[in-house]
Amino acid sequence: MTTVDIAVPVPARRPAPRESYLNVAHTVKSWALTTDHKRIGILYLVTTILGMALGGVFALVLRTEHLSPGPTIVDAYTYNRLFTMHGITMVWLFMIPSIPTAFGNFLLPIMIGAKDVAFPRLNLLSYYIYLLGSIWVLIALWAGGCDTGWTFYAPYSTHSPSAVVPTVFGIFILGWSTIITGVNFIVTIHTMRAKGLGWFRMPLFVWAMYGVSIIQTLATPVLAISLLVVGIDHWFDWGLFDPARGGDPVLYQHLFWFYSHPAVYIMILPAMGVIIEVVCTFSHKNPASYKAIAYSTLGIAFVGFATWGHHMFVAGISVFDAAAFGVLSMLVAIFSAIKVFTWVLTMRRGSVVVTTPMLYFFAFLFLFVFGGMTGVAVATQSLDVHWHDTYFVVAHFHFIMVGSTMTAWLAALHYWFPKITGRMYPERLGYVGATLVFSGFFMTFFPQFLLGNAGMPRRYYDYAPRFQPLHVVSTVGAWILGAAMIWTLTYLLVALFRGERAPANPWDSRSYEWLTPSPPPKHNFVREPVFTRDPYDYTVPAEEVHA
Amino acid sequence: MPEHVAGHFEDMEKQAHAARFGMWVFLGTEILFFSGLFALYIGYRVEHPRGFDVGVEHNTLVYGSVNTAVLLVSSYFVALGVHELRLGRNRLSAWLVGITILLGLAFLGIKTAEYLHHFSEGIYPGGSGRFFEEHRDPGLKMFFTLYFCMTGLHAIHVLVGCGVLAFLLYKVATRSIGAWAPHPLAIGAIYWHLIDVIWIFLWPLFYLVTGRVR
Repeated sequence: MTTVDIAVPVPARRPAPRESYLNVAHTVKSWALTTDHKRIGILYLVTTILGMALGGVFALVLRTEHLSPGPTIVDAYTYNRLFTMHGITMVWLFMIPSIPTAFGNFLLPIMIGAKDVAFPRLNLLSYYIYLLGSIWVLIALWAGGCDTGWTFYAPYSTHSPSAVVPTVFGIFILGWSTIITGVNFIVTIHTMRAKGLGWFRMPLFVWAMYGVSIIQTLATPVLAISLLVVGIDHWFDWGLFDPARGGDPVLYQHLFWFYSHPAVYIMILPAMGVIIEVVCTFSHKNPASYKAIAYSTLGIAFVGFATWGHHMFVAGISVFDAAAFGVLSMLVAIFSAIKVFTWVLTMRRGSVVVTTPMLYFFAFLFLFVFGGMTGVAVATQSLDVHWHDTYFVVAHFHFIMVGSTMTAWLAALHYWFPKITGRMYPERLGYVGATLVFSGFFMTFFPQFLLGNAGMPRRYYDYAPRFQPLHVVSTVGAWILGAAMIWTLTYLLVALFRGERAPANPWDSRSYEWLTPSPPPKHNFVREPVFTRDPYDYTVPAEEVHA
Repeated sequence: MPEHVAGHFEDMEKQAHAARFGMWVFLGTEILFFSGLFALYIGYRVEHPRGFDVGVEHNTLVYGSVNTAVLLVSSYFVALGVHELRLGRNRLSAWLVGITILLGLAFLGIKTAEYLHHFSEGIYPGGSGRFFEEHRDPGLKMFFTLYFCMTGLHAIHVLVGCGVLAFLLYKVATRSIGAWAPHPLAIGAIYWHLIDVIWIFLWPLFYLVTGRVR
């Protein structure tokens, strides 16, 4: 049967929307079994946000518990399990995967002009391993949670009555997800770069992804084996860290921190990568020194492997070792300072536009420098003996890894929101959100420096009444921070459906990902890209870039 | 002849390069995975030199050495298998990979016999069993716990390696890989060699090196 329609007036319709990675298919299967790096990035983004929400709820309960000395809303055992699960969720479910898996997955291939990552199916597998690991951690939570602290220090972790085995096994699984992503990114950067894209023409975010992938592939397996041994010890009682059977608990600390200190750089290097992109775009200027950023990224990645001992100054390592680890740790501060000065100098004589991502950059800069300088302080042996295991350390690492990573993550979320969703976010609501996030964060953790210096030990359920005022300030700060996060995620969710349509390059950037339409087509570029200029070359007018 | 260039690669050569490179990076991960246990071995051997000496002397040299030979020969066969595949001789290549798998299984068989021998002597991981009632040195307990952990983890890798090679054997036999794209087998072989290399380090640590002259 044939239908012939001649001269039937066609009702006026809106032009069909351009095909993008979002509308090529709409089925659940097209998302669940996708090998498109952009869709996998979205899956990761959603799942890591859920992880952050869970960790955030734990944090709010913890802080509320500290409103008054003694029992407030939970008992001591629950408190121990809460701070452990807070650490585990925030570190392994949110901060480590957050930027590389969501934004790295989405942007890395586009930034190097590739159609996809080198191993798209492994990429999907990595997501499902991450999901399985997360579910496993939730099962552990359901089984009562773990009360050892996120560090699982032996010998307590090998005998704790809580659900140690499922917890460490969940993290073991999560580790392999991180490793696969790392291998995938390294190979992608080495082998998939488009013609004309030399190493020193890559966007600096790609350098950050390269540095972080090296750490992911080389440090994570050490965590995997250490936690496996803790799990075996707990389950079968083989006593690998039991002194009565020839073991040594301090050796566990060495192994754990061999991973977990570089893990801090797994969290911060991607954040630094986001920051340089944001600074260059909104200053409309090339970075003050491209090579300084690129090399300091590698410097942090490598020196990071030789600093773990600074966690163990009071664990019985020799004074000489402690001094050596202290000095090596300060080397990281030198590389970080190179980055800080480069970011700030990049703004000099640029055309700075203050947008929400830029506000987050200012917040990042403050938190990172503050957290970094206190880091140099605690890397000093004599000072660390005083501050060790106090709230000072808690405040320090929340400033440097949580504050910096979270502000950079939020900067990334806003900066690339138009590219990812094809919509603009509301700028004014963004200003409010950024201000609230920073105020809440500062109010939560700055008092903790003072508490720690005054002698408040970390992980304690109870505290002396004289600490109460600072604890109350900190708790109120945490509530503000929580409200700010809800505020931010709410307006972004609304903007996802109601936001103004975004052009290809709303920020007037020169970086490569803005060359493709927003949202990008399935294979990233309409035409095969040829890179003939640098990603930060603002001497080229925008019209020529898009010609 | 089937061409299997994935859509996001320009040509087979680039795809093969990416795959080989990915395996090399992953081998780095594997080495660091084992290195945690090697670090424990070093730490505890320095703390308990005597216990470790007694342990090494107690282990049966023949078991360890025959197994070393078995693994080395298996690596030879898989390398030959890759060579033949590159020349397009799928049938011969499949046979060689098959021999490799059999040798891998032989290794596991010998390892199992050795474990059973240990159990019959009353040596179990975690320092339990009647052997340790006579030998109370904590270093000796740790030696055997590490022995079971490290050779056990290695044995799991041998098992996984056999599975990977069996999958590749199927691919070679059904001619879905061949001279036009030999890299999947080459990558599997690299992984098999790594398993071999790890054993090359386990062999002296558990069978050969003592601080005393025998």
